[in-house]
Amino acid sequence: MATTGTPANLTQGSKTKGGIGESTLRPDGTLKVTGEFAYSSDMWHEDMLWGHTLRSTVAHAEIRSIDISEAVATPGVYAVLTYDDLPAEMKNYGLEIQDTPVLAHGKVRHHGEPVALVAADHPETARRAAAKIRIDYAELPVITDEASATAPDAVLVHEGRDDHHIGHVPHPNIVHRQPIVRGNAAEAAERADVIVTGEYTFGMQDQAFLGPESGLAVPCEDGGVELYVATQWLHSDLRQIAPVLGLPEEKVRMTLSGVGGAFGGREDLSMQIHACLLALRTGKPVKIVYNRFESFFGHVHRHPAKLHYEHGATKDGKLTHMKCRIVLDGGAYASASPAVVGNASSLSVGPYVVDDVDIEAIALYTNNPPCGAMRGFGAVQACFAYEAQMDKLAAELDMDPVEFRRLNAMEQGTIMPTGQPVDSPAPVAELLRRVKAMPLPPEQQWVTTEGADVRALPGGLSNTTHGEGVVRGVGYAVGIKNVGFSEGFDDYSTAKVRMEVINGEPVATVHTAMAEVGQGGVTVHAQIARTELGVTQVTIHPADTQVGSAGSTSASRQTYVTGGAVRNSCELVREKVLDLGRAKFGTYHPAWATAELLLEGGKVVTDGGEVLADLTDVLEGEAVEVEAEWRHRPTEAFDLRTGQGNGHVQYSFAAHRAVVEVDTELGLVKVIELACAQDVGKALNPLSVVGQIQGGTTQGLGVAVMEEIVVDPKTAKVRNPSFTDYLIPTILDTPTIPVDVLELADEHAPYGLRGIGEAPTLSSTPAVLAAIRNATGLELNRTPVRPEHLTGT
Amino acid sequence: MRVNFTVNGRPQEADDVWEGESLLYVLRERLGLPGSKNACEQGECGSCTVRLDGVPVCSCLVAAGQAEGREVVTVEGLADYARQRSEGGCADGACGSAGSGVGLDAARRWEARPSDGQTGEQGELAPIQQAFIDAGAVQCGFCTPGLLVAADELLERNAQPTDADIREALSGNLCRCTGYEKILDAVRLAAARQGEAV
Amino acid sequence: MDFLRPASWEEALAAKAEHPTAVPIAGGTDVMVEINFDHRRPEYLLDLNRVGELSQWETGEETVRLGASVPYTAIMEQLRGELPGLALASHTVASPQIRNRGGVGGNLGTASPAGDAHPALLAAGAEVEVESVRGSRLIPIDDFYTGVKRNALAPDELIRAVHIKKADGPQQYSKVGTRNAMVIAVCAFGVALHPETRTVRTGIGSAAPTPIRAEAAEEFLNAALDEGGFWDSGKIITPSIAKQFAELASAACNPIDDVRGTAKYRRHAVGIMARRTLGWTWEQYRGAGRPLEGAA
Repeated sequence: MATTGTPANLTQGSKTKGGIGESTLRPDGTLKVTGEFAYSSDMWHEDMLWGHTLRSTVAHAEIRSIDISEAVATPGVYAVLTYDDLPAEMKNYGLEIQDTPVLAHGKVRHHGEPVALVAADHPETARRAAAKIRIDYAELPVITDEASATAPDAVLVHEGRDDHHIGHVPHPNIVHRQPIVRGNAAEAAERADVIVTGEYTFGMQDQAFLGPESGLAVPCEDGGVELYVATQWLHSDLRQIAPVLGLPEEKVRMTLSGVGGAFGGREDLSMQIHACLLALRTGKPVKIVYNRFESFFGHVHRHPAKLHYEHGATKDGKLTHMKCRIVLDGGAYASASPAVVGNASSLSVGPYVVDDVDIEAIALYTNNPPCGAMRGFGAVQACFAYEAQMDKLAAELDMDPVEFRRLNAMEQGTIMPTGQPVDSPAPVAELLRRVKAMPLPPEQQWVTTEGADVRALPGGLSNTTHGEGVVRGVGYAVGIKNVGFSEGFDDYSTAKVRMEVINGEPVATVHTAMAEVGQGGVTVHAQIARTELGVTQVTIHPADTQVGSAGSTSASRQTYVTGGAVRNSCELVREKVLDLGRAKFGTYHPAWATAELLLEGGKVVTDGGEVLADLTDVLEGEAVEVEAEWRHRPTEAFDLRTGQGNGHVQYSFAAHRAVVEVDTELGLVKVIELACAQDVGKALNPLSVVGQIQGGTTQGLGVAVMEEIVVDPKTAKVRNPSFTDYLIPTILDTPTIPVDVLELADEHAPYGLRGIGEAPTLSSTPAVLAAIRNATGLELNRTPVRPEHLTGT
Repeated sequence: MRVNFTVNGRPQEADDVWEGESLLYVLRERLGLPGSKNACEQGECGSCTVRLDGVPVCSCLVAAGQAEGREVVTVEGLADYARQRSEGGCADGACGSAGSGVGLDAARRWEARPSDGQTGEQGELAPIQQAFIDAGAVQCGFCTPGLLVAADELLERNAQPTDADIREALSGNLCRCTGYEKILDAVRLAAARQGEAV
Repeated sequence: MDFLRPASWEEALAAKAEHPTAVPIAGGTDVMVEINFDHRRPEYLLDLNRVGELSQWETGEETVRLGASVPYTAIMEQLRGELPGLALASHTVASPQIRNRGGVGGNLGTASPAGDAHPALLAAGAEVEVESVRGSRLIPIDDFYTGVKRNALAPDELIRAVHIKKADGPQQYSKVGTRNAMVIAVCAFGVALHPETRTVRTGIGSAAPTPIRAEAAEEFLNAALDEGGFWDSGKIITPSIAKQFAELASAACNPIDDVRGTAKYRRHAVGIMARRTLGWTWEQYRGAGRPLEGAA
């Protein structure tokens, strides 16, 4: 790993083994490899019932009637619930806008919307009973795109909107609109020697986490409910669940179960309220587990997008201006659409210096499946388009595409189109240089003395080519992603840290509500505690709502924000421990009063290394505990007309080089290598960092060549809700992914770290597309690329 | 119906099994062995991979009744299975499977044990299990049980697989977190350690 | 639902006669998906796993009698010499786990046009051995597929085995999918050279309501090879012949647009695969030293 310019004094106490910067092992690793780790779908309770959700078979319809009589009468059925059974005044939920009905009320707005719930003694009993519910739908015309959404006579997806965006959107079928205007793009365009335009289309990607939505709700004697669930943000769930149940938040006790991946798909609620409703109604524990088919309807997807871009450049290769219009399809409910619009607009220029811009991003309400958070949202769609534009410009100017990008790359001090200066390292040009400098993989790796090894060729085991029609291409891309929640959101986290002596050894316990979804936050929290508190043994308490909010495991923010909260609480604990030590032993050594004191290797030491006391002695008979909130620097909302404002707290940068081989006759692609260089500020756990980069890269590859939820434009129904037809990369589709990690500290962030989870998902897709264009000479303005697009069929 | 079969060396009996239930459902919901994961129920992800009479199969596509009288090894029994194989015995010894699922207490305490981050738990792990931890091949871990069963079987029949062999053998197991690189590392590591041990 | 567990072939036939709606289940790789996703709730499941003979094969003088449940893994590993086309096709089936369970009987029973085995069976030449308590019969593979997911089985019949002609020349198989493993065919093509009869047979998958042969392409090629003396001379097939063969193979398709691919692409891809697989088999026939079973 390359390390460049880590400033001094950002890390402290690193002498304790297993602290930050080491590739310590996951604390949940052993449980996960033995099958003992309790995922939300593994929960079990005596006398437990199974919940089942009946979903709409049409995308847009009035519900004339629902007849549940036959279902209720089915032996083994304990409850059948519809909208009429909802117990409280509040009957909707939503991340930002409460526009999503818990159960459909008079109308369904998308294919697969929940209409009724069944609880029964066996999943098959519940399924059979649900099949007996009769729903009379009167179908309505479907809104599926911008034209149908904003037509003068368009049916409104949501009547009577009263959310805080309705005042500034041009049509009620637009969720949110964010323009950004800086400089004068029209004037600057006159300086351009070349102008390129493009219309780009980004398909609907699914998070496709492997553990479908699931959980267990257990009714309590006090009228409350315990909920064990896989989610990304316990407290956000709680805030939405409790009002609908008509319960105060303290009566809804949530515990995080094992989470089988998330990637944004668990930001919105799925089965949480449904399971609680059934448990409270029946007085029995209720488990709901979606199957893969239902999972495709159970969570939001990545916004598909249409992007129109215009760029100009002078003949010496300097960008003059950029105009773009980004139309994101939010589907039937708002979910994270407003934030997606904010990211797409504010990051639409990419990591480049362009002073004159005219930007507009909108998200639509349609009857397509609801779209919301997925890794890198907003920034992913924009990156696909602006990187295609960069290649077009370079080609127009007859310049090397990497050199052209480097010439226009942003750096620390660059002003964003929002007017915000970039106030930490932005090594865009360096990342491009590094990724280009990596050695290229050898040509024709399929050639063996035995003939062609088809596993190394496009088509793989399907034996479609032995080298015929195969052309290699190389492509580059770089991207920028904001880290943390932006636009003035109070983005904080809470950590409770306890220190005590157990079995003669000092032990730290870290308790947060952070959702561990696989990213390794629990590993990092233990490392931070070791570094700050000088202990070896760290216990990570399960995440629950008995401690304050940790915010979401989203936006590449958890190591930054909850990691920051853990460090902060550890520092407060350390001060208390030192106070204890001074009280107990202060008279024995003057350094207790005069020296800078640290906790290292289970001891209190001076900054000169002198040992003053064992922590076991200091803590004997005492436990020190602190629960505290921690915030990153505040951000501001973007101005609704100009888009100006210090909206972001940090950025994350990655660059990719893709090497592909394309069977140009059959239109099949094999990605040979996908090299990545990323600045991570400080790698708290290098093994996990590389794992995140490789995983994010692979999700970008997926949406480049295979992943897309296909929605029928006539009916707005999903055509491929299964792993048979929604394909994600297998190990045979995934190339080697060499990773070059740069560590340029952000002095504003804990340990100088940078949020890393999303950036690799941005540039991976356009790099693969660029490589395919390089191999085929085709324009390819949409992703994913299908064989039809490569063969003109 | 009633189904009798052997799981991880221990005779098991499941009653009141609905005829349409899969082996996966019976393992997870009736026998208290939720290690095998349910991620797609259509043979497209490999998360439910178990050995059925020694052969890796998707347990979601085996009707429970088809398991009658047969031997099943799940991730819960993998360590014993590997240990007995290395000792040259038949790999059908008892494993510690309990008769209940994951209770709330276990869920609340899933990792409420002190850990120093340097070593795995000192329990007996199969070499492939230890390698997955050491190589960073586990993130969310939902694909891990199926991958372990498949990778262990690969190393059983091919002690020194090439990368292409590993990729082919694991091509039926989807992982959404890792990008597979560290899974490849883990299998290489287990093979290398296995080679050193011989 | 009832679960029937015959211990022998005779018991299986008796059960099927008594319950003609019983759904046979062997590898479970089709049936269990339908049950798991609530697409099918048969009154009876007829488990064939305990009928051991279904998982065995016999190699005779002319043919291999392949039990209906012989797993694809065994075909691709152990029958590469006798059934090279089917072995290649078997290697493209889903995943290792599925290949360990699924067999040709399942493909034939389901009769989906996307079944991977069909083009190889059509190209090699085969007969399906089906039986009921009324008796046994052999159905030529060309008569077996009767419609979309329909076959020539009577309600009381079960598939016992497939009699596949042993290869007397090179065979190849190609399948297009949009992923490098675990993928259902967008379309597939199989070709078998039969030097003993100086004929070429083909099979097309997923590009018509049923698996089909490209008969016009076969007739054209048979005539062209014969007229040009290619079988004797072993000379390279001229590009114009290969091109015409590919175009006729494309023309044999009657595909649909669906979520996996367009009709136009399927026609196009079948033509490309036809030309390539013909080239590979002919190179093998000319003794260019490549392994008979292909290079997978």
